Amino acid sequence: MKNMMEVKGLTFTYSGANEASLVDVTLPVEKNKVTALIGPSGCGKSTLLRGMNRIHDLYPGHTYEGVINLLNTDGKSYTNILDIKKEAELIRLRQRVGMIFQKPTPFPMTIFENIAYGLRLSGIKNKADLKDIVEQSLRDAALWNEAKDRLDHDARGLSGGQQQRLCIARAIALKPEVILFDEPTSALDPISTLAIEEMISVLREKYSICIVTHNMQQAARISDFTGFMYLGEMIEYDQTDTIFMKPSKKQTEDYISGRFG
Amino acid sequence: MELIFKKIAQLSASLVFVILAATTIVLYLSAKPAIEEFGLKFLIEPRWGVQEKVEPPAIAEQSDLKQLEKSADIQTDDDFIKDEEDFMMDDEDDFIFDDDMESDSNRNKTIYGALVPIVGTVFSTLIAMLFSIPLAIGIAVFLSEIAPSALAKPVGVAIELLASIPSIIYGMWGLFYFGPFIASLFGGNTVSLLVAGLVLGIMVIPFMAALSRDAIATVPDMLKESAYAMGATKLEVIKDVVFPYAKTGIIGSIILSFGRALGETMAVAFVIGGVYQFAEKVTDPTNSIPVVLANSFAESSGLSLSVLFYLALILFVLSFGVIAIAKFYFLRRK
Ligand SMILES: Nc1ncnc2c1ncn2[C@@H]1O[C@H](COP(=O)(O)OP(=O)(O)OP(=O)(O)O)[C@@H](O)[C@H]1O
Ligand SMILES: [Mg+2]
Repeated sequence: MKNMMEVKGLTFTYSGANEASLVDVTLPVEKNKVTALIGPSGCGKSTLLRGMNRIHDLYPGHTYEGVINLLNTDGKSYTNILDIKKEAELIRLRQRVGMIFQKPTPFPMTIFENIAYGLRLSGIKNKADLKDIVEQSLRDAALWNEAKDRLDHDARGLSGGQQQRLCIARAIALKPEVILFDEPTSALDPISTLAIEEMISVLREKYSICIVTHNMQQAARISDFTGFMYLGEMIEYDQTDTIFMKPSKKQTEDYISGRFG
Repeated sequence: MELIFKKIAQLSASLVFVILAATTIVLYLSAKPAIEEFGLKFLIEPRWGVQEKVEPPAIAEQSDLKQLEKSADIQTDDDFIKDEEDFMMDDEDDFIFDDDMESDSNRNKTIYGALVPIVGTVFSTLIAMLFSIPLAIGIAVFLSEIAPSALAKPVGVAIELLASIPSIIYGMWGLFYFGPFIASLFGGNTVSLLVAGLVLGIMVIPFMAALSRDAIATVPDMLKESAYAMGATKLEVIKDVVFPYAKTGIIGSIILSFGRALGETMAVAFVIGGVYQFAEKVTDPTNSIPVVLANSFAESSGLSLSVLFYLALILFVLSFGVIAIAKFYFLRRK
């Protein structure tokens, strides 16, 4: 299987920080697979994820060393996204590599507009097209039945779980190649969590997914590959089964068996 | 213990209403003689402290003579004619005649009207708002979204300091420096409606900017980041996410500033001119309600004092009404 993204030897330092928060991290994100990132709090999972769509660059002064490759649309060659300098190209990158955050972040507008927003930004203006894509995205995010009668209502009136699915719908409306999830269910109840987990397993057919989670069962349930991070380093990366059944590093085993973290 | 705390909290909350009610009642009672004398016509009567012309001079009391002199100072002949015209255009001018009849029975015949200060107050406040809203919000956006924090912090503190300068200092600055400057730019007087509006605007800018900045600072980073993650530019994030999210707070800051500008006395007293005439051009001097009140209380008694209370009541209703409407209209949802 081909890698959709490849992080190679990434060292990342926050502006003003004395030491790097990521040290020589390597992580492949395989195409149409779910890759989970686990590790104790503060080990750098979010930092790594936020490098993969360069959202870090909204704030000045951080430094990257290393390579983050993204598969070009030709399906053969790679571009190092750390080479991107132009604002317009960064924007294009963020549309190709979508991101879902820890808490639902509905925009202060209607449900319809929340999804149409990114589409409009990417240049789709035709009303009929917008309507079609909004409907399709809501269906893919398993929200259509609940939302179809209230598309013109403020999105902040939805429940937390529905809001998070709206955020997913909003991201997939842009037809990204990769979707990054940063603890997408940590603010949700068990039922909403299950709904989102199910959705992620379906989304795998169309997208390549990288998900940060604190929930070990979740990682085991939904991911194909798992990376275990500790203190800014990628300790171990392998098939999820291997990581959970017979990890090769002692730290991984300790973490998974709940002995620290 | 908890009970005591609860009781104290209740007491302080009800105190607000007691004070509000007491203020209204006192204002109303003190204004009552003037309300009975002039009725609602007071609101559209442009003259102030003017003797009725048709009045037989024999009845003019000594106390009125003083008023006469004063009004002669203030009103030029031209104004008098204009006022006559205004007055003639009014269909229901019968109350003046009522007055005339009563003048035989030894009543005070001086006419008071609130139109000039009402118009002056409203327009100086409007000018202030037109001027300050774009600037203050621009500053707020710049400080919270655009400026690097090395710049945003000191400028933010400076803005807060500016917001705490007593208004009389703005007034003095307006009179001695800003007024002449504006006059050299636009012509006209160094004290005028325009200068008053601009000084008011400058005075509320730091206040409005500080409050709006705080409102904008409540927009969660994660929300902005998710808009960036959809491929939005900074401008788009500010326009589509930050403003709608912080709308309530920004409008609140505008309403508070509006209220402040409406009732501002000292800053305006220096620069509006304090004359009872309409500003035909914005560069003409005129008057505003708080300034009339501040300038006239010392030398007023009887009906002329009651008139001031009437005027104060109008200001009270005006501010209260504006804020109530704004609250109701803009903040209904949420
Ligand atoms: N904006 C920042 N500036 C400086 N240091 C930061 C910043 N954000 C995070 N860090 C540091 O980087 C390290 C990694 O943080 P990160 O948020 O990536 O951890 P995480 O693995 O996502 O933790 P959690 O599971 O709690 O979300 C931490 O030591 C943290 O203190
Ligand atoms: Mg994190």
